[in-house]
Amino acid sequence: MSAVEHNGLRFGFSNWRRVLSPTGNTGDAIFRIAMLLVALLMVAIVVAMVWALATDALMSIRQFGFGFLIARKWDPIKGDFGALPFVYGTVMSSVIALAISIPFSLGIAIFLVEQAPPYIARPVGFLVELLAAIPSVVYGLWGIFVLAPVLREHVQPILQTAFGWLPLFQGSMTGIGLLTGGIILAIMVTPIISAVVRDVLAAVPGSQREAALALGATKWEMIRVVLVNGAPGIAGAIILGLGRALGETMAVTMVIGNRAQISPSLFDPAYTIASAIANEFTEATGDLYVSALVELGLILFLVTFIVNGIARLLVWNVTRKTGGVGRAA
Amino acid sequence: MTALTALCTLLAVGALLIILSYIAWQGIGSLNLQFLIDRPRPVGEGGGIGNAILGSLVLLAISSVIGLPLGISVGVYLSEVGTGRFAGAVRFMVDTLTGIPSIVTGVFVYAVLVLPMKHFSAFAGGVALALIMIPIVARTTEEMLKLVPHSLREGALALGAPQWRVTLGVIIPAAAPGIATGAMLAIARISGETAPLLFTAFGSRFFPSSLNEPIASLTVQIYNYAISPYDEWHAQAWAATLVLMVLVLGINISVRFVTRKRF
Repeated sequence: MSAVEHNGLRFGFSNWRRVLSPTGNTGDAIFRIAMLLVALLMVAIVVAMVWALATDALMSIRQFGFGFLIARKWDPIKGDFGALPFVYGTVMSSVIALAISIPFSLGIAIFLVEQAPPYIARPVGFLVELLAAIPSVVYGLWGIFVLAPVLREHVQPILQTAFGWLPLFQGSMTGIGLLTGGIILAIMVTPIISAVVRDVLAAVPGSQREAALALGATKWEMIRVVLVNGAPGIAGAIILGLGRALGETMAVTMVIGNRAQISPSLFDPAYTIASAIANEFTEATGDLYVSALVELGLILFLVTFIVNGIARLLVWNVTRKTGGVGRAA
Repeated sequence: MTALTALCTLLAVGALLIILSYIAWQGIGSLNLQFLIDRPRPVGEGGGIGNAILGSLVLLAISSVIGLPLGISVGVYLSEVGTGRFAGAVRFMVDTLTGIPSIVTGVFVYAVLVLPMKHFSAFAGGVALALIMIPIVARTTEEMLKLVPHSLREGALALGAPQWRVTLGVIIPAAAPGIATGAMLAIARISGETAPLLFTAFGSRFFPSSLNEPIASLTVQIYNYAISPYDEWHAQAWAATLVLMVLVLGINISVRFVTRKRF
């Protein structure tokens, strides 16, 4: 394109044209507009998602208001819809998962970053990450036919004998219930949490370790210094695992028993938000029923949105400060 | 203390090996050629997962056709074009999409595609999977593009090439292996997805004939067989799982050996 044409074109629309194409090249303008449209599409998808969920949930929101979250009854036949049993099941299964997973994830990350020589850390780290590659439905299948019977025959009787005075471990031992769901979730979130903690620990500057050792710290005391340094990032990793556990569907659906109840016993069947949607969505009859299920989806969306946002902020802050190796860097 | 942390790691690796070997042991029994090419039959008549394998491949193809170009473009935008607050907002949206539970994606696609069309379809399933794929591909593409040395961009620009030619002709080819790796991992990830397909692609007991109809998939088939009361179907679920795991782990492990890097 000649300089004259070029200037002529620039003359009329100088401002936005410069934004689209700082070089004044037509190809660049087309390229940048195309990329901008795709980027806008991403924003549009998220907005459309909130909008579609909110409009479809509107009927249920109008009918039940905030009481939806604290109502205990889920009775599709009578048209009574309360989300509390699902909220309880979702939160409890995730809490069990994190309680089991956090010590393991920290142990794995510390071993791989601080203790194991590279020729062990690399292949073993890959194997741990492969756990995250196993599809949810496969965990569910394994949970039904391997984990649940093992828990029923061997683990639950021991727990009941030892802690049976606690309501948590009373009731019938079927192997299908909250505890099984929590354990399956723990196996699923451990590779995720440990991978992020690895990045966080690796981002703690080597000078911190050297300083601790130079002051006469033992290897373990040095690791404690590293953990304290990475604490916000570790918290972020845990919250990221929480976000994953809250939304996990198939594996939990297959082992948690799917009964909308709030029972003090961890052995009893429960129900999570995601499981309720997976199980009942195609069978839901009546607009209010569907709307209540969509509202569950909206709640899940908003909760995971907030949880993941917090997690990302925490992890990003740690790995960025040191120019670290993390994905977020 | 080393013993304790090593024990944690050992247990995690042990869990992986136990799960994988159990799948292999249970799955190999029902696996034969007939099983791989036949469609599901009533209990007692055998049947297979041929339609589910084909259905999964169709779904992967649809989602790749939609998701790969979009995901790569978003990655290019984030790395090469976007600056300032809007780019930050787009990156935030992409991260948000990554964190959305896949079941919610399924509900969304049900609301915007299945309801207006009034029936489940392979197309809706493919779109749901594409929505999961896009943010994964976008972020890996962005990271791979950012690894391309700045001198390469400057060199090409200094030779007088416009930005679009620099990006398409120099930067993307330089990052192509990394982008392909990210794409493969995204495909491995969505090939294991079940929840978003339950009420989009739905499932079918027949071979796919149209993209406008419900379609079977390996994962939904495994789920339906796993929760059924029949031992024969349980055995078939394990065999189908073995096939799925060969696909998913095959991609993951080969990517690892090709790149020799941790993603």
